[in-house]
Amino acid sequence: MTPKLNASNAVAALLCAALVLLPVYSAVTGNIFILTLFTRIAIYALAAASLNLIMGYGGMMSFGHAAYLGIGGYAVGILAAEGIGSGFIQWPVALAVSALFALLIGALSLRTRGVYFIMITLAFAQMAYYVASALSRYGGDDGLTVYKRSDFAGLINLSDRTQFYYLCLGCLFGGLYLIWRIVNSRFGLVVQGVRSNEQRMQAIGFHANRYRLVCFVIAGTICGLAGALLANNTDFVSPAVMYWTRSGDLMVMVILGGMGSLFGPVVGAIVYLLLEELLSQFTEYSGLILGPVLLLIVLFARGGIMGLLGRMSRG
Amino acid sequence: MVDPLPNPLLRVDNLVRRYGGITATDNLSMEVIPGELHAIIGPNGAGKTTLISQLTGQVMPNSGTIYFAGRDVTSLPSYKRSRLGLARSFQITSLLKDFSAIDNVALAAQAHDGHSFRFWGNARKERQLRDTARAALERVGLGKRADIVVSQLSHGEQRELELAVALATKPQLLLLDEPMAGLGVTESARMVALLKELRKEVTIVLVEHDMEAVFALADRITVLVYGRVIACGVPDAIRKDEEVKRAYLGEQHAVTHHG
Repeated sequence: MTPKLNASNAVAALLCAALVLLPVYSAVTGNIFILTLFTRIAIYALAAASLNLIMGYGGMMSFGHAAYLGIGGYAVGILAAEGIGSGFIQWPVALAVSALFALLIGALSLRTRGVYFIMITLAFAQMAYYVASALSRYGGDDGLTVYKRSDFAGLINLSDRTQFYYLCLGCLFGGLYLIWRIVNSRFGLVVQGVRSNEQRMQAIGFHANRYRLVCFVIAGTICGLAGALLANNTDFVSPAVMYWTRSGDLMVMVILGGMGSLFGPVVGAIVYLLLEELLSQFTEYSGLILGPVLLLIVLFARGGIMGLLGRMSRG
Repeated sequence: MVDPLPNPLLRVDNLVRRYGGITATDNLSMEVIPGELHAIIGPNGAGKTTLISQLTGQVMPNSGTIYFAGRDVTSLPSYKRSRLGLARSFQITSLLKDFSAIDNVALAAQAHDGHSFRFWGNARKERQLRDTARAALERVGLGKRADIVVSQLSHGEQRELELAVALATKPQLLLLDEPMAGLGVTESARMVALLKELRKEVTIVLVEHDMEAVFALADRITVLVYGRVIACGVPDAIRKDEEVKRAYLGEQHAVTHHG
């Protein structure tokens, strides 16, 4: 199947081009702020895309996805604090710990469905939050400063704004490509089938929960990567990145952009974080506006922004 | 108990399933021999669907044993029974509504082609899966509707798709729960014709309200009332059975009115 030329694909393509060319714009205009902002956006877009894999495609409404942002971040931060600065060690550890945590949470919470699943994933993330708050050796409540960004033996310099931006963007594109492959693979079809009708999938011979669990672990691992990037971006990691409101932010990005659409979470992250940035210049109650916007999306555009575009192009 | 028929494909011994104070399956025993089309009939609430659900593992019995192909499958989960060759269709159509018809069937074929922890290749481009699925769709007369999303198919087409999905798992035993439910006259006739073809290839247990269809198709009929077998035999014997007549008294489609 060749990709069809429609509004949502056109927007996705334009967006990709704009993201790739952004550093040029930033260099020409001398606008450094926009590069920093979009570095953050790329990282959150990756996290949201990973959440979309389980939420949009897998039908698993995880309300604790920010936990992996923290776990990935703390893996980098703690190793850095202990004098292990190599990214070749930090990042694999960040991914492995995230995967393990996802395996543990998934194995326990996937026994439940619906609201119980939402609550139990939330509870686990809050537990991670409190554990991090109690790590007095690593800053506890105040968080942990990362004095030196991950070192990749001269391969890439994470302290260089442009290089770091491209690293984040590369991770985002890589993550999206991986998710795209997964979604269309045998595995991905099974996961989506289970979302659609679990009983039917069992009846034709699939052990549904095994596939859901693996999907859950993949999503957690990808989000752990976003966490490692985030810690490098802010030079800091604190329990706050795992707080439930942050998990809520990720959910909002996914819903806003369009659940179950590959590019939806990217659009969602861009719109959400730009709106937040913009509104914060006028009011500290940005939620007063963001809330109703989300409500309208949920009420009138079930497929989020990407869904809306899809419907427009179909006329 | 003496075993009158050698090597049944399916054997149910003293099955019991209670829901609160109601015994939906009451000490039920029956056998299905290879190659037959075995119909299960009974008034509403006789426990037909409960029985099917226990056979396929969606519902676990309180006691009793189920043997399939000589193996005790009583405590096996449904996905494992499916792999052994036990397939079912659902009374209330239960498909992947947001998937295309061919995706529904291809997934059933995929389920019986090793594990699905394959993360990279595009499953919709796998020739072998698609061909199997297409063949099953042709079989039930849905060849031209392969790419239509299930929610856009008519009720009759969805019933046919249910069959195609079950067929794609290459079952030894096909359990059909009211495949005629909600079908119009022409659609019903098509379904009967289709089942007549299928029975040549696969052993079928058919739960159905449509007596005309049952008596036209069945080799043997088991009659359930309140979860118990009150009669089991060839259609002619069932038609003459006094207890069956009594059970159906007051029911609109009295058995004796047909055939």
